[in-house]
Formats: sequence, structure tokens, C-alpha cells
Amino acid sequence: MLIMRHELLLIVITVILLIVEIFLPNTQKHKIILPAILMMAAVTVLGFFPGTPGVLFGGMYQSTQLTMLLKNILNIGVLIIFIQSVDWLKQDQNKEKISEFYLLLLSTLIGMNYMISSGDFLMFYIGLELATIPVAALAAYERMKEKSAEAGVKLIFTSALSSGILLYGLSMIYGTTGTMYFTDVAPLITGAPLQVLAFLFFFAGMAFKISLVPFHLWTADVYEGAPVNVASYLSVISKGAAVFIFTIILYTVFYKIAVMWSELLYGITILTITVGNLFAMRQQNLKRFLAFSSIAQAGFILLGIIGQSQLGMTTVIYFALVYIFSNLGAFGVVGIISNRTGKENINDYDGLYRTNPNLSLVMMLSLFSLAGIPPLAGFFGKFFLFTAAAKQGYYILVLIALVNTIISLYYYLLVIKAMLLNNSDQPIARFKSDGYTRIGLLMCVAGMVIIGFASSIYEVVYNLSFGLY
Amino acid sequence: MSILTLFIIIPVLTIIGILLSKSHMQVKWVAVVGMSLQLLSAIGLILLYLAERRAGNMAEVLFVQDNVWYETLNIHFYLGVDGVSVAMIGLTALVVFAGIFASWDIVDLPREFFTSLILLAAGVFGFFISLDLFTMFLFYELAVIPMYLLIGIWGSGPRHYSAMKLTLMLMGGSAFILLGIIGIYFNSAPGGGQLTFDLIKISKQNIPLDAQLFLFPFLFVGFGVLGAMFPFHTWSPDGHASAPTAVSMLHAGVLMKLGGYGCYRVAVFLLPEAAHQLGWIFLILATIGVIYGALGAVWQKDLKYINAYSSVSHCALVLFAILMFNQTAMNGAIMQMISHGIMTALFFALIGMIYGRTHTRFINEMGGLMKVMPFLGVAYVIAGLASLGLPGFSGFVAEMTIFVGAFQNADTFHRVATIIAASSIVVTAVYVLRVVGILLLGKIKNEHFETITDARWYDKMSVVALIFGITLIGMAPLWLSDMITGGLGPIMHKLLAAAPGLN
Repeated sequence: MLIMRHELLLIVITVILLIVEIFLPNTQKHKIILPAILMMAAVTVLGFFPGTPGVLFGGMYQSTQLTMLLKNILNIGVLIIFIQSVDWLKQDQNKEKISEFYLLLLSTLIGMNYMISSGDFLMFYIGLELATIPVAALAAYERMKEKSAEAGVKLIFTSALSSGILLYGLSMIYGTTGTMYFTDVAPLITGAPLQVLAFLFFFAGMAFKISLVPFHLWTADVYEGAPVNVASYLSVISKGAAVFIFTIILYTVFYKIAVMWSELLYGITILTITVGNLFAMRQQNLKRFLAFSSIAQAGFILLGIIGQSQLGMTTVIYFALVYIFSNLGAFGVVGIISNRTGKENINDYDGLYRTNPNLSLVMMLSLFSLAGIPPLAGFFGKFFLFTAAAKQGYYILVLIALVNTIISLYYYLLVIKAMLLNNSDQPIARFKSDGYTRIGLLMCVAGMVIIGFASSIYEVVYNLSFGLY
Repeated sequence: MSILTLFIIIPVLTIIGILLSKSHMQVKWVAVVGMSLQLLSAIGLILLYLAERRAGNMAEVLFVQDNVWYETLNIHFYLGVDGVSVAMIGLTALVVFAGIFASWDIVDLPREFFTSLILLAAGVFGFFISLDLFTMFLFYELAVIPMYLLIGIWGSGPRHYSAMKLTLMLMGGSAFILLGIIGIYFNSAPGGGQLTFDLIKISKQNIPLDAQLFLFPFLFVGFGVLGAMFPFHTWSPDGHASAPTAVSMLHAGVLMKLGGYGCYRVAVFLLPEAAHQLGWIFLILATIGVIYGALGAVWQKDLKYINAYSSVSHCALVLFAILMFNQTAMNGAIMQMISHGIMTALFFALIGMIYGRTHTRFINEMGGLMKVMPFLGVAYVIAGLASLGLPGFSGFVAEMTIFVGAFQNADTFHRVATIIAASSIVVTAVYVLRVVGILLLGKIKNEHFETITDARWYDKMSVVALIFGITLIGMAPLWLSDMITGGLGPIMHKLLAAAPGLN
């Protein structure tokens, strides 16, 4: 049973929270916050203990050192989100449904864990659905707000559509190979037209989840409408898990048609980075801004996937880890400011440094890390991604991506400019953020500073990764 | 642990000290103490280096420290210096030291100002002592980014525009460099074996010619942007004009040298064959830059723009000399970097001080300043004379060496380029003397100027330190020249192997 340790632990705390929730009166719901965070922290720590790799359900579920690492990464991210969301959950309109937030979030995390551990397309699909549907409920969490409800509906519709497309692709794979197991499917992939079509459908479905251009249209609207903490969850955890399993399936199932999908990815990468960046430049609302920035970042991750080597997968995982800390830092600041003042636009941040220097610094570091400025972790992440792509000889692609880092630096600097350079008659007033927010942001900053210097993290990831050859 | 680690540790400790400081005064003094220590260690390094060489230590690089950082990618934290980098470190320490005193008047957010300034300095020091391309690049970007805040927050004029333009152009250059570095990495072991970022190891290999031809333009243009190579120099005048005094000093005095040093140390050193084949394109650009910068300076009325264009001209001369591919010219290139670094820092320090007193930088609004501030006036004349290459100052030594070296290339193309570039000396004399005449001599145009006071103690500290540097090199250039020549051995060796027949 220890093979399924991560999932079981999460299920246990979900059940505990559910039971506690039943006995808590409506006015006392906030008492669940601290136990939830502590339990999540305990799960995160327990996840790091060495586990036994193995296979369950006749190969439908497989646990390896790699999947354990990926789950640990997701756990860390969720823990930070738990901590960051306290300030928001304590607001009056959310007080009565605090535990729902935790329950829904945990069930999606369980889904993601199963998805990452899947050894079979059916298990993969179940995990994917479990990871998707509760998020739609979360997006509509503030249901009295029109935009939040709209976000929920948009998310569920696009998810349903993409799941349908994906499922259609999977059925074709079953049709051509007669099996759903990854290990059995892989040798039977020959690149026959129907299989290529199946792959395209599968790819389109995943592209929705990772929000790659041209399947990105839902992203900005959903991020804008959803509560900040849910948007940050969507942008790092959901996306991270989807990227992980996408990479694993590409490398283990579709390696025989690598030539085909790397050409496809080549185009999609350029499109995603460029479109994400060009749209991010024009945004005024910070949530939309971060939505497009995260689309562009997903494009950068593709550079690692296209690398096809052990180095490629390493850089994907490593960058995802870095990205979790950087993006959560940025979202954390946007979240606390939105909670306290309701302001979400870039020009509302004018002169923020003079009134809230610490928050501005965290925001600045996060944006610099996203832009890939040393000595923050984002620099290392991007450098390695470029190295992975260049290893395959994709120098032109790297050059295009590099030009795009300059564009991205431009719009990240626009926010920094507002905070540090601009002066304002009515800056956001000085406020004291609560302890939870501080711890959450501090964890992000620590991550951004340490991950780059601590090369051992990279080596651990490298040793567990694998490539096509 | 080698002495070179000090150059990273001292700035970091200084920054921590600044962040812990309570008052404005304390911030400044922590910065002064930190950067004085840095200057002392730089002087110590020069002396130690000379002593080692005199003792017969002929290793290619000295004071080596090599720690493995990322094992699987073979990234090392690899420090070491040769004569050229020691000279550049000395320059940086001097300019940063003077820069701290020149920014004594900062009132707005002093803690953040000095933190950014020293962060920039740490990046520059790290760049010069790195022998691993990865860490070199890391420090390079670390040196560029604080400029955005420094110009954007404490600058003047269209500071937001200038800061953004400068940052984006320099980071664009660094994107090119990144591509070049990754390309070199994947070609660093043509005979098989482990790939490496190690500059010295790569220099022992011969990178395949087609890879060289592909990568050289990226690296040379990438570093050239920071070295203000025509036509990628446009960030420089705007950036200078908007930057606060100390930032202009560091920017022109040190940061632009990163470009020249990078072209020399990475582009030409590692890709010599490509440098030979493609060098002529960049030589034309450099020659245009020399003349264009000088002529541009003649037309400007704003003191900072005059010196910014003059810097473009002088830095182009560095690239011009590097592309001559012979020992004398290379030596001149490094000398010119040092000389121009100190001289232009002095210029910008003086301009900052003059502006602080007259509140204008337009030369036609000024006049007769020599009468009211004789100290600054004389210092300005000295800087001007050094700039136009008067014997006895560093400028003469550097430019003389460059043109002698350049003229050794006997073919028509190089001769013509040399003649054109050398004519810039005349233009330099025009704009320097014109400014000195209008600014310092003649009648006092504005009665408000009558009440101006001369330099205060911290102004004098800054100015005297820099003038000392100029005259030291001008009067006794041989020790520096010898030190640089010692460092040039490997690169000349590579260039000769690439194209026999050079001298």
C-alpha cells in the first residue's frame, strides 16, 4: 500500500477535513484553517521520505522515484497556496465555505497525482477529470460575483470540450492498438494516419489544459474572473501537473513519432511564446497580465520538451519547480493587495514601493525571476531550457525564444516601473499583511533565491529524468 | 579560497551592511568602507600579481579557484585572472570608489541607491574574474539589471524612457551572447569528451569553422551592444544623459568595458578563425563608430551628451584595436579601456558636480566657471587634455599604442581604416577645447553663478582619486603595459594559429 502513499495521505486528510467540517458550526469554520495547513505540511514532508516504487492494478497505476518527485513538487505548491489563501478565505463572504475550498483543492490534487502515476490511458483520463471538474467549482467560488460565476462556466465548458477531444483521440489509439496500457501502446505506434490523427486530438486536449496557443482563449477570462488564489492554482499546479504527464506520455508512448511531434511542438512553441507575450504587453489588469505571462512561460517549457533528451525532461521539471515559486510569489502579492484594496490594475500600483516596500520587493523579485534575471532561480531555469533545445540543434528556435525573453522583460519591467519608478497622488495605502501571507511569500522568495544556487536540486531531478535516447 | 573570492564577498557584505543600516549617514559610510576595502584588495591583487609574475610563475591564469557547481552540465564556479583582468579589476575598483563619493548628495532612498550601485559593481567584478562562461554570463546580466532602477528612480530628464531603452537593448545583446555561449558549449569538445563552459579549456580546442562562423556574429554583436558599437550605440547617449552622476561614471567607466572585454575574451579568443574571416565587417562598423561618435560630440550642447558621444567614439576605438589582431593594437585596446574608463568617469563626476551647482548642463548657458570653482575647472581641463590624448596622460599612451599597432597591418583596407580612425583625434580636440573654452573661460554669463562654491571634501576625494589614476598611467605606463602584454600571450597564440603571417 505504501506504493500509493501520496494519494492515500491526501485522501486521509481530505476525509478528516470532511468529517471535521460536518461538526463545525457555520460561524466556526475558520477553525479548520490551521489544521488544514498543518496536515498539508505534514503530507508534504512525509512525501519526501524514500518510498517504494511499484505497480498496482495490473499496471494501471505505477509509482516511480520520478512520479514521487513530481508529486512532492505539486505538494509544495499546494501548501504555499493553502498558506497564501488564508487572508482571502477569512473575508466575510467566504467565511462559511472555507472548508469547501480545501476539499475541492485537495480532490483535484488527488486527481493530478493519479494522473501523473497513470500507466494506462484510462487511469490518466480519470485522473485528468478529477483534476479538472472541481477546479471549475473553485473558479466560481465567489458565486455572487458575476465574473467569478462566468469564469466557472467558461472553465467547465472548455474543459468538457477539451476532454471530449482528448477522449476521441484516446479511443482512436485504442482502436488502432487494441490496448490502453502505455507500455503496450508504445511499440504499436507506427505513425499510421489514424494514429497521427489520434495524437493530434490527444495533443489538442492537453494543449487546452496547458493553455498553449491556439487553445489558450479561455485562460485570461478565467484567471480574471476566478479568485486570485484559484487563478494561481490554475496557473502553476494544474498547468504543472499537465506538463509533467504530457512530457512523460510523449517520451514513453509516442517516442516512435518523435520527429512528427517535435515539428508540431516547434511551431506551437513559437506561437505560444510570441502570442502570450504580445498579449501580455497590452494588459492592464494584473490577473490577465499574469495569465498571458503564464501562457508565454508554458511556451518556454515546451523548449525543454522538444529537447527530447534526459536534459530536456530535467529542465522541464526544474523550470516547473522554479516557476511554481516565482509565479506564486507574484500571485501572492496580487492576491493580498486585491483582498485589502480591491485594486488589480497595473497603474493602481503606482508608487507602491513608497507605501509597501516589502510587498513591492517580493513582486519585483518574482517578476525578475519570471523574466529570467540572475541570480534568481528563473535565470537558471531558462538557461537550462535553452540549453536543452540547443542540444537538439534548434538554434533558430532558441533565438526566437530569446527575443521573446526581451519582450517579456519589457512588460515585467512595466509593473516594476509602476511600483518603483512612478509616483502617485493616491498610492495604495500602507497596510500590514497577516502572518500567513508573509510566510507564504517568504517561502516563495526563499525558493527563488535558493533553487538556483543549490545545484543539488537540479542533480536530483536529472538523475530521475529520462529521455528518448 | 583564493583572493579573488574577496571581490564577491566584500560587495555582498557591504550590501548586507547597507540594508542593516539605520540612518542615511550610516548607509554612506558602510558603502565607503566596503568600497575602500574593495579598492585596497584590488591594489593588493595587482601587487600580488606582479610579485607572482616576477617570481617566475608563468601559469596562464593565477589565483585560481575552481568549484564544481552543476555537475552534469559541467558548470563550474571558476575564478582566475591574467594580466588583462587584473588591470580591469583595478579600474573597476577605482571607479566604484570614486562613484560612491560622487553620489554623496543622494537624498531619495539612499539605501536602495547604494545597494543597486554595489550590486552593479559586484556584477562587474564577477564578470572580470570569471573563467567559466556560465558564471561570466550570470554576472554580466547581474551588472545590467540594476541600471534600470538606478536610472529610472534617481535619474533626470526622460529617465523612464532612457532606462527602458537601455535595459532592453543591453538585454537584447545579452540574449545574443547567451545563444553564442550555448553554441560554444555544444562545440566545446569537438574531439569527443565532456562538454564544458571552461574558457581556458575551450581555448585549447579548435571549434569547427562552420560553428565559429555561425556563433561569432552573435557574440561580437552581443558584447558590441554593451561596447556601444555603431549602430547599436543608441542606448548609450540617452542612458548617460538621464543617469545620476555615479551611474554615468560606472556605466561609461566600467560597464561599457564589459562589452570590449567580452569581445576580446570570448568572441575573438574562442573563435579566432571566424574573427579573421568576419572581422572586416565589424572593423568597418568600429571605424564608423569612432568618427561618428566624435562628430556627434561636436554637435551636442548638453555636457552629458557630449561625453556620451565621446565615449561612443573611444569605445569604438577599443573594438577597432581588438579587430586589428596584433599584439601592439590589442595592448592598446586594453590600455584604452583602462584609460577611457578612468577619464570618462572623471568627466561624468565633474559634470555631475557642475550640474549640481549651476543646475544646467547646456554649455551655452555657462561661462567663466573657472573663476568661481577653480578646483573643478582645473580638473575638467585635465580630463579634457587626457581625452584628446596629450602626452603625460593615459589617453596618449593608449591611443598611440593603438594606432602604431593598427598601422602594422600593411594592406590598404586596414591602412585606410587606421587613417580614418586616427583623424578622430583632431575632432576630439575640437569638441574638448570648445567645451573648455565656453564652459570655463570667458565672462560669467549668469550672476547666479557668482555664488557658486568650489568642490567639497567628498567631491575632491572622487576627483583626486581619478586624476591620480590618469596621471599614474600617463607617466608610468610600462608596468601596466607589461602586465597586459603578459595576459595577451594565449590570445595572440590562437590568432597566429588561425592565420599565420600576422605579427
